[in-house]
Amino acid sequence: MQTETKPKGKNKYWTLFLSTLTISAFTFGGGYVIVSLLKKKFADELHWLEADEMLDLAAIAQSSPGAVAVNAAILVGYRTLGLPGMGIAVLGTIIPPFVVISLISLCYTAFRTNPIVAAVLKGMQSGVAAVIADVTVNLSRNVQRESGVIGVLIMVGAFLASWMFSVNVLWIIFVCAVYGLVSTWLRLHRRRERML
Amino acid sequence: MLYWQLFTSFFQIGLFSFGGGMAAVPLIQQQVVTGHGWLTMSEFTDLITIAEMTPGPIAVNSSTFVGMRIAGIPGALVATFSCIAPACLIVSLLAWLYFKYQNLAYIQGTLTGLRPAVVALIASAGVSILSLAVFGDGVASAAAFNWLGAGLFAAAFVVLRRWKPDPILVMAGSGILGGALYLLAGGAV
Repeated sequence: MQTETKPKGKNKYWTLFLSTLTISAFTFGGGYVIVSLLKKKFADELHWLEADEMLDLAAIAQSSPGAVAVNAAILVGYRTLGLPGMGIAVLGTIIPPFVVISLISLCYTAFRTNPIVAAVLKGMQSGVAAVIADVTVNLSRNVQRESGVIGVLIMVGAFLASWMFSVNVLWIIFVCAVYGLVSTWLRLHRRRERML
Repeated sequence: MLYWQLFTSFFQIGLFSFGGGMAAVPLIQQQVVTGHGWLTMSEFTDLITIAEMTPGPIAVNSSTFVGMRIAGIPGALVATFSCIAPACLIVSLLAWLYFKYQNLAYIQGTLTGLRPAVVALIASAGVSILSLAVFGDGVASAAAFNWLGAGLFAAAFVVLRRWKPDPILVMAGSGILGGALYLLAGGAV
């Protein structure tokens, strides 16, 4: 990591906190949006990170479990200002949704019994189901493109296991993770043998 | 011990939700609805709606919401912290490995193997929510079939596929249109 891109000045922690806070507060709709905003702020504006490095960080954020937005904040904070930076970036990212959702949850019970709110929420159920269906169609096309017939078979099998047979979600994830790991090992191993 | 249950549940959600965004939904459903019964399926669907329309990742929003409802602000703090704690550990570990070896082949290979399962689990959670929208809380039967809910779903799905608008607009639209129709129909809620 280039030292000249290291942030300077005593207000750097404050800058990190305010940047992650505002980015998080005004980002609706998922981690991928936040990654590009983080890049704009920390690579293009503040020059705390190289643009290439930000791409690497995004790849790690997407490869790790958990929310992509939080993972990206952890990485940006850690890369720029070490452990304290990590804590500050996570706080900045968490505070806006924490406050908004806490307030909503306080009002939720009172609002839910209102007939108009109940009718709107009932209407929204269909909308959410459609959004999830749309996401599923897009993602399964990617799976088919990326993993072919085997991917589609795993997808159908996992769906039946979860939906028809109520297999624990953690088992399904565990089995498929092991499959991915073993097939990667076989692929890399075979390539090495060919090279020898 | 309520706080301990919140901690283990949301730690698991944070630890096993690979793939971001909707990937956490089936895990949250299993922990919060099926496992502990902290929310009904209907409340869970409201939560996903709220999470999609407010800033912040679904997993974080859900932990704050559930923690708050179960045990107030301390509960919200415990659940939210538990949800992001695994990421803090694993992300730093992966970053360290990555910058040491410059190689994510195994991690990305594992993810490629996981992706079909993640899509299937999202679909499975989606079917539960669709069933709630179309059949209500009870057992799915022809008598419980809700034409309005099914029609709204079909319309929203076509709009999403055809014009690819912001999902927030589609949810708001189905809320306003559906809400008005439900009220006119005499509160099918």
